[in-house]
Amino acid sequence: MSAQEETSVSISNSAIATDGVPTTPRRKVAVLSRRQRKIRNALVAYSFIAPNFLGFAVFTLGPILFAFALAFMHWDGSNAITFAGLDNFWRLFEDKAFIAAFWNTVIYTVASVPATLLCALGLAVLLNQKIAGRNFFRTAMFFPYVASLVAVAVVWNMIFNPEMGPVNMILYTLGLDPQNMPGWAADRHWAMVTVILFGIWKNMGYYMVIYLAGLQGINAELYEAADLDGANSWQKFIHVTVPQLGPTTFFVTVMLTIQSFKVFDQIFMITQGGPGTSTLVLVYHIYNEAFISWDLGYSSMVSLVLFFLVLAVTVFQFRRQREDEA
Amino acid sequence: MRIAGRKITLKTVLLYVIVITVTLVMLMPFAWMLSASLKLSRDVFAFPIEWIPSEPQWQNYVDIWTKIPLALFIYNTSKLTIIVTLLQLLTSSFAAYAFAKLNFPYKNTLFLGYIATIAMPWQVYMVPQFLLMREFGLNNTHLALICLQAFTAFGVFLMRQFYMSIPTELCEAARIDGMNEYQIWARIILPLSKPALSTLTIFTFVTTWNDFLGPMIYLTKTELKTVQIGLRMFISQYSAEYGLIMAASVVALIPVLVVFLSLQRFFVEGIASTGLKG
Repeated sequence: MSAQEETSVSISNSAIATDGVPTTPRRKVAVLSRRQRKIRNALVAYSFIAPNFLGFAVFTLGPILFAFALAFMHWDGSNAITFAGLDNFWRLFEDKAFIAAFWNTVIYTVASVPATLLCALGLAVLLNQKIAGRNFFRTAMFFPYVASLVAVAVVWNMIFNPEMGPVNMILYTLGLDPQNMPGWAADRHWAMVTVILFGIWKNMGYYMVIYLAGLQGINAELYEAADLDGANSWQKFIHVTVPQLGPTTFFVTVMLTIQSFKVFDQIFMITQGGPGTSTLVLVYHIYNEAFISWDLGYSSMVSLVLFFLVLAVTVFQFRRQREDEA
Repeated sequence: MRIAGRKITLKTVLLYVIVITVTLVMLMPFAWMLSASLKLSRDVFAFPIEWIPSEPQWQNYVDIWTKIPLALFIYNTSKLTIIVTLLQLLTSSFAAYAFAKLNFPYKNTLFLGYIATIAMPWQVYMVPQFLLMREFGLNNTHLALICLQAFTAFGVFLMRQFYMSIPTELCEAARIDGMNEYQIWARIILPLSKPALSTLTIFTFVTTWNDFLGPMIYLTKTELKTVQIGLRMFISQYSAEYGLIMAASVVALIPVLVVFLSLQRFFVEGIASTGLKG
């Protein structure tokens, strides 16, 4: 800040001290009434928010509100929009693909959330210990998360190729009968398993980092006290680490659940929802209805279902969290 | 047992065995990708796996640039990623400052609106967003993707959480010294927020670079396409040319690897201090 500014501030301060009434125009700027100052402060604050908010309002908030309205319309994107009332809603119950997508989303969530959580927690505990090359290991675990999905999905498809892929080759050399070999992505019964395994592999590292941050927040004195009581590692893990990580586990569960409701990319790249409808999930159905069938109203209705699912899970989890704290 | 004067217990050995095994499993697909990228297509599935090819096919890395306009795709993706990341860092940290350190009417209501949209799946509003962009005549432009990704609620939330941990006294001292809010943001807060800025940079860079659903919906002209879309085209066009596909995949991974490795030391710190852990 310049010397000139500094003097003007001190002049105006002394002016208040001596006569209390600002007389020159310059002083008027420095000494504002409380109301004026409040308005000016608010304007400054809004000027900070404006660049982000304007873009956010036009490109996110607006479309969200539009999506809610579209759910009650018929529209193919080019001809006239007509009011549909609850047509789209009743259609949900007759749409076999929607019902399959709904249950597949639930299955994906129920299977992948606990598995990812346990893997991430286990890894974080392992990599929180003093071991040589710890940073390398952490980075290695995290890398699948940042790697391009298109690239890794191709590798995954090749590695799990039922006829030639190394995974089934290894199973073969271990003595598994080729007749009973899993068909992975090509097999109706194994496709969901393939997608889930891929998801765990890809996302685990991210949640591991969050758990690592949580572990670093645990007070070391708690472990010292447990040592004095003669607790072994497992007892320390169950009675100190797990309860102390409560808030982290809560956050990870919510994030994972929301993420698994939204699963799309890995399914698009690996199974395209198939074989049949065995890996069709809600978002995939939304995508098909919107960009393949151009049934925008119905697709928005499915979006609305997805939205309420996410909302319900979030509210439920927050309630439970609050009860735990009380 | 003692090695180099240190006591080695069975527990330590077991720990290393587990950690190394898990790491190998995690990295196996990448090793396989790298190895396959240097092979002839007919050798890719040879079993047992030959991890280091006896005759590395460096030609694969030459051919990918001519079979698809890979350089153009990389240029497009880089342009988009850099613009989106810079805009997001700028607008997010700017807005976050107001949410963390200033008072104004409707502050909590506005912030709640931001939080609520973070939980909102993008797929819920991707269709109306697409229609809006089409209305603006932004289909088949990079501007559409920039508008889509530059103003996120997540960025504001992440930066705000970090700014909450910076003592308010710092800002007050600066105000008494006569700095205005813009100066405080630029000279005090911004230099202090390296961990949070790095975290947001990794997230934004990685998301934008790897995004394929957005570009797939908005970009149909070849000269506008991004690496991920190009890679998908390439995969379906040359589905049997495994060596080439793997070489192109390796090239598409390199920028993310570089950014990630150069910023990752800030990463755990960033997540810890921004309260992303909840």
